[in-house]
Amino acid sequence: MDAPVTEVFRQHLIDPEICIRCNTCEETCPIGAISHDARNYVVDPAKCENCTACIAPCPTGAIDSWRQVPRASAYSLAEQLGWDTLPPQRELPAAAASSEMPPEVARIVADATEGQGGAAPPPWSAAHPYVNLHSVAKPAIATVSGNFRLTGEDASSDVRHIVLDFGPVAFPVLEGQTIGVLPPGTDAHGRPHHPRLYSVASPREGERPRYNNLALTVKRVTEDHDGTPMRGVASNHLCDLAKGDTVKVIGPFGTSFLMPNHPGANLLMVCTGTGSAPMRAMTERRRRRIALNEGGTLMLFFGARREEELPYFGPLLKLPKDFIDINFAFSRSPGEPKRYVQDRIRERGADVARLIADPDTFVYICGLKGMEDGVAQAFADVCRAHGHDWETLLPALRQQGRYHLETY
Amino acid sequence: MINYDEKIPNNVGLADNRTLQRALEHWQPEFQSWWADMGPEGTTNHDVYLRTAISVDPKGWAHFDYVKMPDYRWGIFLAPAEAGRKVNFGAHKGEAAWQDVPGEYRPNLRRLIVTQGDTEPASVEQQRHLGLTAPSLYDLRNLFQVNVEEGRHLWAMVYLLHAYFGRDGREEAEALLERRSGDADNPRILGAFNEKTPDWLSFFMFTYFTDRDGKYQLASLAESGFDPLARTCRFMLTEEAHHMFVGESGVGRVIQRTCDAMNELRTDDPAKLRAAGVIDLPTIQRYLNFHFSVTMDLFGADVSSNAATFYSTGLKGRFDETKIGDDHLLAGASYPVLEVRGGALQAVEVPALNALNEKLRDDYIRDAAAGVERWNRIPEKAGIPFRLRVPHKAFHRKIGPLAAVHVDPDGHVVDAATWAKHEREWLPSAEDRAFVASLMGRVAEPGRFANWIAPPARGINNQPVDFAYVRFG
Ligand SMILES: Cc1cc2nc3c(=O)[nH]c(=O)nc-3n(C[C@H](O)[C@H](O)[C@H](O)COP(=O)(O)OP(=O)(O)OC[C@H]3O[C@@H](n4cnc5c(N)ncnc54)[C@H](O)[C@@H]3O)c2cc1C
Ligand code: SF4
Ligand code: SF4
Repeated sequence: MDAPVTEVFRQHLIDPEICIRCNTCEETCPIGAISHDARNYVVDPAKCENCTACIAPCPTGAIDSWRQVPRASAYSLAEQLGWDTLPPQRELPAAAASSEMPPEVARIVADATEGQGGAAPPPWSAAHPYVNLHSVAKPAIATVSGNFRLTGEDASSDVRHIVLDFGPVAFPVLEGQTIGVLPPGTDAHGRPHHPRLYSVASPREGERPRYNNLALTVKRVTEDHDGTPMRGVASNHLCDLAKGDTVKVIGPFGTSFLMPNHPGANLLMVCTGTGSAPMRAMTERRRRRIALNEGGTLMLFFGARREEELPYFGPLLKLPKDFIDINFAFSRSPGEPKRYVQDRIRERGADVARLIADPDTFVYICGLKGMEDGVAQAFADVCRAHGHDWETLLPALRQQGRYHLETY
Repeated sequence: MINYDEKIPNNVGLADNRTLQRALEHWQPEFQSWWADMGPEGTTNHDVYLRTAISVDPKGWAHFDYVKMPDYRWGIFLAPAEAGRKVNFGAHKGEAAWQDVPGEYRPNLRRLIVTQGDTEPASVEQQRHLGLTAPSLYDLRNLFQVNVEEGRHLWAMVYLLHAYFGRDGREEAEALLERRSGDADNPRILGAFNEKTPDWLSFFMFTYFTDRDGKYQLASLAESGFDPLARTCRFMLTEEAHHMFVGESGVGRVIQRTCDAMNELRTDDPAKLRAAGVIDLPTIQRYLNFHFSVTMDLFGADVSSNAATFYSTGLKGRFDETKIGDDHLLAGASYPVLEVRGGALQAVEVPALNALNEKLRDDYIRDAAAGVERWNRIPEKAGIPFRLRVPHKAFHRKIGPLAAVHVDPDGHVVDAATWAKHEREWLPSAEDRAFVASLMGRVAEPGRFANWIAPPARGINNQPVDFAYVRFG
């Protein structure tokens, strides 16, 4: 999920009509991207990292100005120093007009891919994704066309399958992409809530094909990572939606965590909880094309506390055994020892090692932050046990767009 | 007893400093009772959408929330220390910056701090009644933000007095709460801070011109060789910016509204415009002349041996001292100041060390005049051929040799008769003030603005303009 490779970027500017030349921003910027002359304060496009440290301290809001600009013709310092007013947003080439990734989304994504050392290139045969078609300023409005509980009534978590319909609004997605949801209302500081990301759980032609819709797998958050009770803003908003309600959606996002399209590609998928969403999308894509006999192996490791807590458990069990090799790991099954995905990976060591060593295998890991270490450790162990060298495999996997991780 | 780290966010280790705590414990209730007596009138129950600094890093010092003003967290913040900082000018240039007060400079440093500290409660006192006539909730909130920050700046100076000046410091800190703006017996130290701020046009002019003086004074103190003073002032500067913003945008919005009315009514006749309830541009120019000239006096006498001493002893530097490319000693350098010779103003060269007030005044004028040019874009855009301008720096002075003569806004020395004849064109008359006062009346509905002022271009902290910036409790 790297920032799109594009010639258009979001240039940070200062509105000379509003700025009072108070020097606060220059004083605040940690990397010296702001300078001034007798006339104007200006932001150096070559330096500014959009860290937003200068935004809140500016007393006027002048600093919170942005223009979509082709990289090649960014406004230079000399140009900016000559302005009396901000230039209007220029017309952009149609394809480029929408390649803006909001900085808050960029930060969330950077965080989610941290475990693999940043965004990786997509698989070589991935389809080209659309990204950033809908911005915070102009979100798409989707209508809820379904909202079902996936987990058992007595399960401790409420995970839901939510179908969003985009009507006539363009919202093309690929398996593995995410969308951003803008919760209504404002946060404790009176600001609009920041967007939350959710993986698309349906394949590219939609949950219900040809209806311009997609599905999400959303867990209702009722406590923070430390177990302190709290009501997650976006997840509760989504889980409480009724059919016919509307949601503000931005995106789509993601140019990296995409599935390969070439016949014979293997998918090695490891997930916990709602990390199953992108795996379901990819699996569904393959299932719908089963008649094409494209070949390739699907292997899934899926962790949950108990069977009842596992989203899509029933439908998964109905998939043919020769279509997908499913391995569950339950950590709280009554009367059974705790098992985690890494335990199952070790148990299936021979097959896993063979798959990983195959240049046609693409690995996907998604779920709660922290799971990546155990999984990588298990991969390293099985490789060692079966005569492969993980230390040389991993960099190659990454570089070739064959190792993708999203944890949150 | 108060829990300091909770009530008074600080980065000076207050919780670990018993002596300082005790001093502040004594002072704090007096501050609260000063605020109750002299702070914004009748506001204790309002929930105001304020920006509070809770730490000095960019994430911490612009924390927005509804706060009742008496509960505002008047923090004590010093900008982060700069490793290996040196005294950058004067006789001690090149020595390590002082973390303590050098004994021989105690009285001078104390005087600088007290003078700066005195301006902070003074402006709160001057603005005490303005809340009753705010032209909108947005403006009301901005007034209160200015007020609480002046209060915090007082804390900052009082902290320095308590922490570094012992018993003398404690007495000075108390005296800061005892003087009163405009009081005949016990006035504020500087003249401009004893003037009234009777109406919102005056307030906007004050925050534009007079708080900008604050910026220049703080910026020169931020260069001080006494490091705690330098760091305190550096952080204060970040907040001072908001005050100038209130002034710059406030006057700009008044001009905007007037220009709109001029175009609607197709007139530039002040009488017709006044009848329409807006402030005619010549009146705005007269207010500008007044506030600019009063602020000119704040920089002190043109030739000053005190300023020379403060500089050579490393206590108070020049604006942007470290960015100036000279010897930072001013050995043998000269600087022009104005004198009246043969009935006209004439620039004469004096030793630069003695002209430091004048130099700071000139730096200030450039900055203030540039903002007036920004105001001029408003009539320009509206197609109205009227330009505001700053008067000559010798105009209407009350301090220094220029106080003895009459100088018109263009810088011509005039006799008393000429002055008397034109004074009403140059400075606001009693009628002007009465007219402006007649427009003042509270507007307290979100998104509504008094007729004489345009809405702002943006809300505060990305909030919409019609946000409930103040809730009346
Ligand atoms: C790339 C990416 C893809 C994601 N895909 C999905 C998805 O498919 N389905 C899904 O349900 N969520 C997904 N998330 C997580 C989602 O974006 C939100 O973080 C989550 O729904 C919580 O948001 P909230 O507004 O309800 O809670 P907030 O109001 O933001 O509060 C969250 C608080 O709860 C804690 N917390 C407890 N459990 C969780 C949890 N499971 N996830 C996040 N925070 C938690 C957080 O630490 C925080 O303190 C994804 C996140 C990323 C970065
Ligand atoms: S966004 Fe960050 S890097 Fe860019 S100018 Fe502001 S503070 Fe500097
Ligand atoms: S902080 Fe804002 S108002 Fe001040 S100089 Fe920077 S952009 Fe201008």
